[in-house]
Amino acid sequence: MTALEVSTSATSSSSSSGPMATKPTLLLAVVAYLTASDHKRIGRLLISFSAIFAVGTAIEGAVLGVERISPSSSLVDAGIVVQLFSALRFDLIFSVAVPLMLGLAVAVVPMQVGARALAFARSAMLGFYLWLFGVILVGSSYLNNGGPGGGDTEMVDLFLAGLGLVIAGLLLISAAVTTTVLTSRRAGMTLIETPIFSWSALVASVSLLLTLPVLAGASIYVAVDHTYERATFGATEGVNAWIGWAFTSPQIFIVAIPTLGVLAQIVATMTRGKQPLRTGLFVGVGLMSTAVIGAVTQSSHTVNFSGNISDILKSMIPYLFFNDLSILGVLVVLGLVLLALKKEKAKLNAAFVPAFLGVGMVFTGMVGNAVSKIVNLKLSNTVFEEGVLVYICYGVLLSGIGAVTHFGPRIWGREIPAKPVLGLGLLGFLATVLASLPYFIAGFADQPASVANGFDYSGPIWLWNSLVAAGHALMALVVTLFFAFAAKSFRSGTISTATSADLFESVNG
Amino acid sequence: MNTSATALGAGPTVVMRRPALVVAGLLSAVSASLIGSMLAIWLDFRSNAPLRESPDGSKMLRDWLPENIKISEVATNTMMMTFVITCVMAQWAVYSSRRNDSKHVSLALGVVLLTEIALVNAQLAVYTQMGIGVRDGSYMTMFYAVTATMLVIIIVCMGFTLLTLFRSIAGRAGDRDLVSAHALYCYSVAAIFAAMWLVVYVQK
Repeated sequence: MTALEVSTSATSSSSSSGPMATKPTLLLAVVAYLTASDHKRIGRLLISFSAIFAVGTAIEGAVLGVERISPSSSLVDAGIVVQLFSALRFDLIFSVAVPLMLGLAVAVVPMQVGARALAFARSAMLGFYLWLFGVILVGSSYLNNGGPGGGDTEMVDLFLAGLGLVIAGLLLISAAVTTTVLTSRRAGMTLIETPIFSWSALVASVSLLLTLPVLAGASIYVAVDHTYERATFGATEGVNAWIGWAFTSPQIFIVAIPTLGVLAQIVATMTRGKQPLRTGLFVGVGLMSTAVIGAVTQSSHTVNFSGNISDILKSMIPYLFFNDLSILGVLVVLGLVLLALKKEKAKLNAAFVPAFLGVGMVFTGMVGNAVSKIVNLKLSNTVFEEGVLVYICYGVLLSGIGAVTHFGPRIWGREIPAKPVLGLGLLGFLATVLASLPYFIAGFADQPASVANGFDYSGPIWLWNSLVAAGHALMALVVTLFFAFAAKSFRSGTISTATSADLFESVNG
Repeated sequence: MNTSATALGAGPTVVMRRPALVVAGLLSAVSASLIGSMLAIWLDFRSNAPLRESPDGSKMLRDWLPENIKISEVATNTMMMTFVITCVMAQWAVYSSRRNDSKHVSLALGVVLLTEIALVNAQLAVYTQMGIGVRDGSYMTMFYAVTATMLVIIIVCMGFTLLTLFRSIAGRAGDRDLVSAHALYCYSVAAIFAAMWLVVYVQK
């Protein structure tokens, strides 16, 4: 193993030569980061920016929770509230969950498969810039009443342009990850021998490569119509109708695929690669990607139990296929990792706690989604759907905390202490439950989705919404604390002595 | 005090397994997914269009394509045939590359580039001959959106051809991976165009 400096000249070939590399200044460090082709740096940039956006997104959620505490009065302007609802969905998925998981994949996958670098690293860096610029454009449009349904038509055009850049950026990064796993594995490593996190990154990247162009296609129609005609696709109000599927299930399941890989990877290293039915993990991760079919067909399959048996069966089969097959994938992975833990009596790892709880939250969200598709329960267009989204995206965030803790020593070269991670993991779990579960309850009480004022139902409205606001605020705090703590640990913490085998499972185990 | 930390070093140099071919495959999948989704929306709009009587009153037609619009079938059919020539030429480049025949690789890629320029020219001719405005109605808006996206894909293919051609002229005729990847993308774009041609220009 090579000893590497944890400084600006650490691993980048672009910055390691010449006299400038010996005198790192802040400016040089920034330039080195901005022009990096080193996969760890690109990964760090994606992870760091998604963490920063996660704090902002959680604050958005808290503001919306506070706004809904009293439906008869409003703290925020009604127009802004509409934009906030849309922004929360966009940010949870495209500003936080997707870049976080892709950032981890970019940083870790080349090391896991034994590659020297990320394939097409510069295109991945370009992808990062496109994504960042796109998120900034989308944010600017939201701030100026320009999101879907916004009042300023020019800003809606800006939103669509920003969305296009985000899609292009994420496609480039996904292509780089996919190509790395498919072409840059060390000699002798077959796909089935690929570490499980790399496999999950491959499945997620391919799924994004198949679904994001569908969103792009719809966005092009909407953008052309919105710019020139504003009739065919419903003008500003129609934007959400055509692209809204990308901000809900089953598209959000795809984002959560790498969480299974993170958990299985941590458990595999805890058990030193002794994983019974290892192939089953690959099947489980693959099963979760069946969400792609529902996403590209933009179809919502419901089941109604009030008809005759024949009608129920007719609606049950597509319902099970589109909504529940992904859940089976999560169950398979959870079952197998728990079996491995029981068999090997492995010692608890700090990273395991947030990763396990993260998958648990994703699983809860997916079950919630399946429940929301039962017509008889009348949960459609209620806050129940928001609860599903928050469960899954905050689950991804928790899993990200586990992944950074686990893979951090390989990326930064220093350890992160276990106790604070355990505490923050449990706090993050509490935050996720607080930000989501009350909306599962309020959904049954018919609290409408994406509405802040003018609704009423028999139940403690103030309690559910206060809890949600507190949950989001707590998540903002958890992410901030973890970010600060991780930055400190990876800068001046204990030097890692872990070997590759400590962090990546033996493929022959 | 030792301030250095150990991180996993770069692994040994790994010979990448045909990365250009894999990227071409991914690009093909992305392009197919993009145009596929647009055609699906097109078909959805067409099937939901209201019915109207045909000019001779013999049957009912979907009121989708405005009566005053005439699609230039000569130009669009020529585009489809040009794609066949593009594919044949791209395969000629692969054949020559396997034999390290740099002159024929460059010649074949040059012809591919010419056919792609012809395709762009033909598409622009279709726009001119049809003489419709993007603001004129649902059909026109969607027509421009889907055909312009296809045009962008053809231009991306042209960029790929230029890259391969430059490398071939520079003496890398034996770079079979790139030439094969280029051919794969040409086939994919031809197949994608064929789908669009059938839906937009033939079935209308």
